[in-house]
Amino acid sequence: MSGYTADTRIRWTESLPWVAALAFFFIFPEYLSLGARVLIFILFALSLDLILGYGGIVTLGHSAFFGLGAYTAGILSAKLGINEPFLQLAAAAGMSALLGLATGAVILRTRALTLLMLTLAITAILLEIANKWSTMTGGADGLSGVQVSPILGLFRFDLYGKTAFLYCLAALFIGWFVIRRIIYSPYGAMLTGIRDNSTRMHAIGAPVYWRLVLIYTVSATMAGIAGALLTQVNQFVGLNVLGLEPSGDILVMLILGGVGRLYGAFVGPVVYIIVQDTLAKQYPEYWYLGIGALLIVVVLFARGGILGLFDQWLSHFKPKSSARASAL
Amino acid sequence: MILYVISVGLSVTMGLMGFINLAHGVFAMAGGFVLSSFMARFGVPFPLALLSAFVLVAAFSVILERLLYSRLYRAGELAQVLFSIGLIFASMAVARLFYGDRAVPVFLPDYLRGQLQLLGRDFPTYRVFVIGFALVIILTLWFTVERTRWGAMVRAAVDHRAMAQSVGINTSLLFMATFALGSGLAGLGGALGADILPVQWAYPFEHLVYFLIVVAVGGLGSLRGPFIAALLIGVADTACKYWIPELGAFLVYAATIAILLWRPMGLFGVRA
Repeated sequence: MSGYTADTRIRWTESLPWVAALAFFFIFPEYLSLGARVLIFILFALSLDLILGYGGIVTLGHSAFFGLGAYTAGILSAKLGINEPFLQLAAAAGMSALLGLATGAVILRTRALTLLMLTLAITAILLEIANKWSTMTGGADGLSGVQVSPILGLFRFDLYGKTAFLYCLAALFIGWFVIRRIIYSPYGAMLTGIRDNSTRMHAIGAPVYWRLVLIYTVSATMAGIAGALLTQVNQFVGLNVLGLEPSGDILVMLILGGVGRLYGAFVGPVVYIIVQDTLAKQYPEYWYLGIGALLIVVVLFARGGILGLFDQWLSHFKPKSSARASAL
Repeated sequence: MILYVISVGLSVTMGLMGFINLAHGVFAMAGGFVLSSFMARFGVPFPLALLSAFVLVAAFSVILERLLYSRLYRAGELAQVLFSIGLIFASMAVARLFYGDRAVPVFLPDYLRGQLQLLGRDFPTYRVFVIGFALVIILTLWFTVERTRWGAMVRAAVDHRAMAQSVGINTSLLFMATFALGSGLAGLGGALGADILPVQWAYPFEHLVYFLIVVAVGGLGSLRGPFIAALLIGVADTACKYWIPELGAFLVYAATIAILLWRPMGLFGVRA
């Protein structure tokens, strides 16, 4: 996990994900819908990184916001006939922010196992609602019939997912920019302080509780937007966006990439979803075995995830730059 | 009651040892599988199969504890949560490889089938047996933890590990034994409940939320906490699904949130 750094200039390495994404767009036009899914999960992982990696809030219920955003966008379109994409995004963001604020204000007073259980219970409740309130959410069959108008009235969602990919990429870029600003701001430094030693932050007079509620709300908003994007791209919402499973998945993705280092959220979903897509269809048993074993190995031997290992590897070559590399 | 036997084991590991072990259901599942395969393939009688479920799962957990868990006692909660999720995934995959997609069959002996007349009403014999068995476990456990030297040593080691070590208690061995006991109880619970909660590969994940609720609501480190919580949750869940099926499990979760907000350490939590 990295801490506060005074050097906030954007380094050239930070353009690599965007170059890679654009290159992907031109090189693999037949995989663009998979690519859009990866981008959405990167945004989701980024939002989780904000509270887990920087705020130090361990949650098993982040899917609550993702799912709420997904269902908000879906219901707006399928039940109320509002197909304007930005309106759907805004509504999803608003709903998730409200839920984040409301639940965050209540549950962030607790810690450790209790906090974990509360986050889990909240997403479980939303799952029950989505499951039982089938007139609104479609229940176990999912909500189909979601329609999205052309973006800005110009770009239609096409069959090959070109528009979807670029649309998600744009959303991710904005999300990344906002999050980057947050974590390099004095507020971000305060969050890192709370994560590392909340007692001391209390002692120097930081309003720990309100800072955590704020970051929880921001993170919830981002997760809600990611959920709405998923609905718009798939034109469908299912129960699999809520509950323990998506929360666990996104946690695994983030951990694999490296938690608390911003770009870990980029690496994790890419690796996870691509491997899942190729492996899981043929050998679902081995996929779970592999992912389970990998998690255990990461926890025991490589806390920094893939990027952490990469840093270590780099530092073998350039001992002096290791401080900079770990600040990434 | 099944919920209790399984989660009291969890309360032992999680509460007494302070390890967030989400993979507890894995041991329960293992217990169920041991029971089923011993009875179906080797014709072992039911009581012996139950015993072997306890012993084998405990032995298996000792291996895991030595290899993996013991490295993480001092790690943060995030590492523990992730580690146990990883263990759940891996064990689910292994279970699926060995036992396939369907739930394993459990053949109860004849003397536990049928109905039992109690107070003028009919009860399934097996459920009565399970309840009685659980009561015996509760009493034994309570006696062990509260009244024996071993129990005192465990409590001392949990309260202040360094101090316990310095008065000559081998805490590493002690924790290993405690962990084995907790996991063995989970295995026993899984085996006992195999007839009621079908044992199949997704078991650790499906019931995870219930185990956790029972322990969190009951309070860490207490033995009667999970007992009362399991009763509450079990009754509330059944009643809720019976009277107002539209709400489903909604009420259980809502109650969990309410209780945890009211008493963050659980109903009978020890540490404030």
